Amino acid sequence: MSDERIGRVAMPKWGLSMKTGKITEWIAAEGDEVEEGDDLAEIDTDKIAGTLEASEGGVLRRIVAEAGTDAPVGCTIAVVAPAEVPDAEIDAVVAEAREQLARGVPEEDDGPRTETAEVGGRAISYASLGDGDEVVVLVHGYGGDKNSWLFVQEPLAAGRTVHALDLPGHGASAKDVGDGSLEFLADTVLGFLDAVGARSAHLVGHSLGGAVVTAAAARAPGRVRSLTLVSPAGYGPEADADYLRGFAAAGTRRELKPQLLKLFADESQVNRQLVDDLLKYKRLDGVDAALAALLRTLLGEDGRPALDVTGLLGVTPVAAVWGAQDRIIPPSNAASLRAAGAGVRVVEGAGHMAHMEAPAAVVAAVEEALKGS
Amino acid sequence: MARSISYREAINEALAQEMERDPAVVVLGEDNAGGAGAPGEDDAWGGVLGVTKGLYHRFPDRVLDTPISESAFIGAAVGAATRGLRPVAELMFIDFMGVCFDQIFNQAAKFRYMFGGKAVTPVVIRAMYGAGLRAAAQHSQAMYPVFTSVPGLKVVLPSSAYEAKGLMIQAIRDDDPVIFCEHKAMYDTVGEVPQESYTIPFGEANVVREGGDATVVALGRMVSVAEEAADELAQAGVQCEIVDPRTTSPLDADTILESVEQTGRLVVVDEAGPRCGLAADISALVAREAFGALQAPIGTVTAPHTPVPFSPSLEDLYIPDAQQVAAAVKSVVDWKR
Repeated sequence: MSDERIGRVAMPKWGLSMKTGKITEWIAAEGDEVEEGDDLAEIDTDKIAGTLEASEGGVLRRIVAEAGTDAPVGCTIAVVAPAEVPDAEIDAVVAEAREQLARGVPEEDDGPRTETAEVGGRAISYASLGDGDEVVVLVHGYGGDKNSWLFVQEPLAAGRTVHALDLPGHGASAKDVGDGSLEFLADTVLGFLDAVGARSAHLVGHSLGGAVVTAAAARAPGRVRSLTLVSPAGYGPEADADYLRGFAAAGTRRELKPQLLKLFADESQVNRQLVDDLLKYKRLDGVDAALAALLRTLLGEDGRPALDVTGLLGVTPVAAVWGAQDRIIPPSNAASLRAAGAGVRVVEGAGHMAHMEAPAAVVAAVEEALKGS
Repeated sequence: MARSISYREAINEALAQEMERDPAVVVLGEDNAGGAGAPGEDDAWGGVLGVTKGLYHRFPDRVLDTPISESAFIGAAVGAATRGLRPVAELMFIDFMGVCFDQIFNQAAKFRYMFGGKAVTPVVIRAMYGAGLRAAAQHSQAMYPVFTSVPGLKVVLPSSAYEAKGLMIQAIRDDDPVIFCEHKAMYDTVGEVPQESYTIPFGEANVVREGGDATVVALGRMVSVAEEAADELAQAGVQCEIVDPRTTSPLDADTILESVEQTGRLVVVDEAGPRCGLAADISALVAREAFGALQAPIGTVTAPHTPVPFSPSLEDLYIPDAQQVAAAVKSVVDWKR
């Protein structure tokens, strides 16, 4: 039996298809004192590069998998423990971890479970993680899907049930978007709560999803306990309509990639796999029609951003996060939220996809919203 | 929702979904329905390698067994296409093109042009190509360069289960005659394929992996051979960019040229022979359009200019393999003036 003060830092599972990750760089060094949330290492998967954060404080006693190593999800890649734990005990854990790594055998897969619910006659695909009475639902933006929450779903799932859903017209959900209205999308989210047996939930929405969860809270204030908005649409007049039109129209890699580059502060996040996955989604039957219908909700007849949800904010506690380099919905749009008394975090080094580029800030905002409820 | 299915199942699913969607889609060919030719047989073969298995029972009026007369049933399919059906005809082995080539190159390929755009010919001709199955000289060739040379035909070479389904659905919905070339050694290869219908546009190459040291253009089954070579080369620090054109006509020249402009080096890998084939064609394209970017002579890896050998050991040597591709890439990367 090893000392329970010894913490194993495991290769995380970021997204359903991740089997292994490559440690590209250790940010923390052996002997460093780390706090919960501190950056430990840069990890590259076939989908995306991200930063692994410490899930507990202590001293980074040993790095098991050096930079450059490919490690299966769940394998111990480092050991964190208080300074007073004797080296011999650490050595035993490291030896066991090295052996596991050499065999390439991951621990039991505890990643999100993908399931399908029926809402209003449509199949809604969702990924669930964690187990707890408190329910959090993550709602992606225009053209996104449930996998975009890969960096925040796991940290939020400690002691809670966290569902990330695919809105109609997106991901693996049905591609029929009804009239494409905000109300339809909001009712789908509320219908989803019924389908998973959640009387109430905390809602987290990104971009279009931010407007959707705001509308859901306005329609069923008793069921929505808090709102966390990540670069939400509908809170101000400034949005890159050319991005929306360009994304909807793009049929090839050459057309799509320049649009996707606008989403991130760090353009290297737009790798071949991300472009390829989105092209695969956009080629599905029904997606063009769905995106076109939703575009009519986002943009007015004059082609300018038309969504306005500022009047829908009620008594539900709200926290918001904005990437300082957001080129799609710039942080200047946060003024209306500040005026309404919401806490707004503006994060440097993040663009429109703060939940991918600065996941810790999004997790912190959700925690704050939950505490306020 | 994507799940893993085989190349064979992907083509079958594409046919079934399009037949479900559009009553004008019909399937015909030798043994496509019953195998033994009798309706209602439970052990219907679904073609010589089982690609159309199960379709006859779902769409009994729209899956037709034909006599062993390619000139007749390919001609029938071409004619039916001009009258409003969307036939998918199985030529079985691409090597049999000789007996029905007039119907393809001088009829189907010409109608749109000769009738001033007033006639369309939405026919798909499925054909198996490629060596490796010990099927000897008359059943193992990679004849797609012949079709590629004919204006008016579209020529498709799916390199995976995902491409097979999306390209087949696009082929059926396309208003022009499409030659759909299936590598018979790939039917059991498995990959992630969405359950839903989707299309892959013709003339859009897939960049299978990115790399800065050399561009490898690979076709059909050769894509996986190039990937194997690229894995090996990566261990030695050489990063290949692999481009899969997916369709040889239309050909996505832009993606190939853009890649070569980045890497300065090109190797083309093709299972067809070295003369008048895609390796020669793409090499000429790059030499003509991106000469200034080239830092080394263009490398090609193809089968030799011989019939496909019947001797198993010679047949194995005939097909380009990963070692040959890796050696060709090394030689263009190490080339010194």
